[in-house]
Amino acid sequence: MSTFVEKLRSYRKPGYYDEFDYHWTMTIDLDRCTGCEACVVACQAENNLPIVGEERFAQSREIKWIRIERYWEGEYPNVKMGFIPMLCQQCDDAPCETACPVYATYHNQDGLNTQIYNRCIGTRTCAVYCPYEVRYFNWFTYTWDEPLEQQLNPDVSVREKGVMEKCTFCIQRIRIAKDNAKDDDERRVRDGEVVPACVQSCPTEAMVFGNSKDPGSKVSKMMKNPRGYKVLEELNTSPSIVYLTKAHS
Amino acid sequence: MFDHGQPSYAEVNKDVLATMLETGPKYWILLGTTMGVAGICFFMPWFYQLIVGVGAAGMNRNAVWGTYLSNFIFWIGLSHSGTLLSAVLHITNSPWRKAIYRSAEAMTLFSLMTAALFVMVHVGRVWFVHWSFPIPNQMGLWPNFRSPLMFDVMAITTYLTASSIFIYMGSVPDFAAVRDASTGLRRRLYTIFSFGWRGTAREWHTLGWAYTFFAVFVVPLAVSVHSIVSWDFALSIVPGLHHTIFAPYFVCGAIYSGTAGIVTVMYCLRKFLHFEKYIGQVHLDSLGKLLIALSLIWSYINILELFSSWYGGTSFELEALKFRLIGFYAPLYWEMILFCAFVPLLMLSKKIRWSWNKMLVISILINIGMLTERFIIVATSQPRKFLPDAFGFYFPSWIEISITIGSFAIFATLFLIFIKWVPSISIYEVKETLKPLRRDA
Repeated sequence: MSTFVEKLRSYRKPGYYDEFDYHWTMTIDLDRCTGCEACVVACQAENNLPIVGEERFAQSREIKWIRIERYWEGEYPNVKMGFIPMLCQQCDDAPCETACPVYATYHNQDGLNTQIYNRCIGTRTCAVYCPYEVRYFNWFTYTWDEPLEQQLNPDVSVREKGVMEKCTFCIQRIRIAKDNAKDDDERRVRDGEVVPACVQSCPTEAMVFGNSKDPGSKVSKMMKNPRGYKVLEELNTSPSIVYLTKAHS
Repeated sequence: MFDHGQPSYAEVNKDVLATMLETGPKYWILLGTTMGVAGICFFMPWFYQLIVGVGAAGMNRNAVWGTYLSNFIFWIGLSHSGTLLSAVLHITNSPWRKAIYRSAEAMTLFSLMTAALFVMVHVGRVWFVHWSFPIPNQMGLWPNFRSPLMFDVMAITTYLTASSIFIYMGSVPDFAAVRDASTGLRRRLYTIFSFGWRGTAREWHTLGWAYTFFAVFVVPLAVSVHSIVSWDFALSIVPGLHHTIFAPYFVCGAIYSGTAGIVTVMYCLRKFLHFEKYIGQVHLDSLGKLLIALSLIWSYINILELFSSWYGGTSFELEALKFRLIGFYAPLYWEMILFCAFVPLLMLSKKIRWSWNKMLVISILINIGMLTERFIIVATSQPRKFLPDAFGFYFPSWIEISITIGSFAIFATLFLIFIKWVPSISIYEVKETLKPLRRDA
């Protein structure tokens, strides 16, 4: 027995389960966000999000891995509108992960809350457990009219009906960057090598993405900003996204 | 115990076996109707949904759980009284259990099966539902044992197995009675079913021992099953669901609706199988008293739930509470309070408790109330969680309503098949309650 256990242990890297390899993190500066929804469109294009159509949109069955939430502050006439881009917070203590009976969602070594479409049986428990409501269910199998199917991203799988999906922090781009880094003398991924579609498309550069385990990265510096806060932090989900609140004069 | 005088031993055999061996056209018409309704209202919409996707139902992005899940809880709840009550009353030696327990246990079995069907209807990809079982696979991947849904799978399959064995074991001497009273193929079949039961002292002793063992085994199991079903909700952090009271709340509600279900089933058995001789006032009276007690516990837990939401004082909980009490579904909420907390109090009057017709109405009202209770739990909490921008609304589609109606037909079909295959009153245990015949009588 003991030799068996030793053999098992020899496969393990010490500390592998206690510490993330990378910790992908995002900061979103709400002061810079204009609510233009470029990120929403970029995400739609990058991740093969289905176009559900007007009718299903009206039934609130749209699939938008990132959405812009609108909030109003104050009473008329002194109304201020605020935007919060809401996407999967990649929580380190994610409520959705414990809920899935088939391990279709789990936490990987990069601090990402991953979703395995092929494993999902569609109990939708994760979407109920998620306090941010960023999990989207495929109520139907969606198709792309010609010639739209030509623009599908070959790096991302197209999901069928009955499967849950959500923001992956563009895991396909992370994979490519890690592969390139590995080929390049097994070095670490450098800051700025991975840029998710939403971050790439933000005209005001409100979003910053990077590895928060690297103290020199841009995102680590942004996280130290005193304006930083996490959405619904009191629920103890330890989200990986830090929002920088609006600066009031 | 017996309203119309004590039957003789032979009469018990004759009366009960007659319900199995003599089948009139009425039965076939009824069976055909329930099967037809089940097919048209349940299976056809389901197949449609399988083809197009779960989007055929009324659920949407914010309300991903709907009527399917609330019906699942309802049917699991309905299953809770049969085996549990039978086992508890067996352990406490209550003689009034003996005439009603067989059909009550059958109710458990069939409502569990209906509930399991609802899981299939609920999930997005039912063709992969076996992945939630710990079956060795090429990926070496186990199911997630931290998931309350996983607990559910385990608890329900265990409960289904245990209550099937429980009802089967209790029926073995009765299968032997059927065997002795029949000929031909039926005789050969029941020879197998009865395991060659001869009725020796040793066999009775073994049966008694095994039966008591299973009774003791089944009680904690039944309590655990509905606790675990409640954890599907309570283990989430959704305001309005994240309450520690949920496990006892669900167990109490389950036994409550199950007991009301037994009253309904007893009424039908008495009426259509002519069991007036065996199912009498004493059963109705005892079930009525049990219902009053359960309704009081249920009301208490409901008040407690509202209180803890209010006392917790977080804005999320208060918002959920407000929506439940005065929101869109408030009429349903108050209907539930009326049917489950106030209507049962009528049974305090002996006149109502002793009337079969009034009890039938009350029992059906209780179950309507319990059905809406489950609906409210699902429909008022998880569409409205934390972020107001993502607040949604759920209203069932016609497919969900049709499937709900169809599920009752499935239950009725299974029950109708059951009464022709298994003696729906335990022959040998009813005989135990008869006073021994005296030679001079």
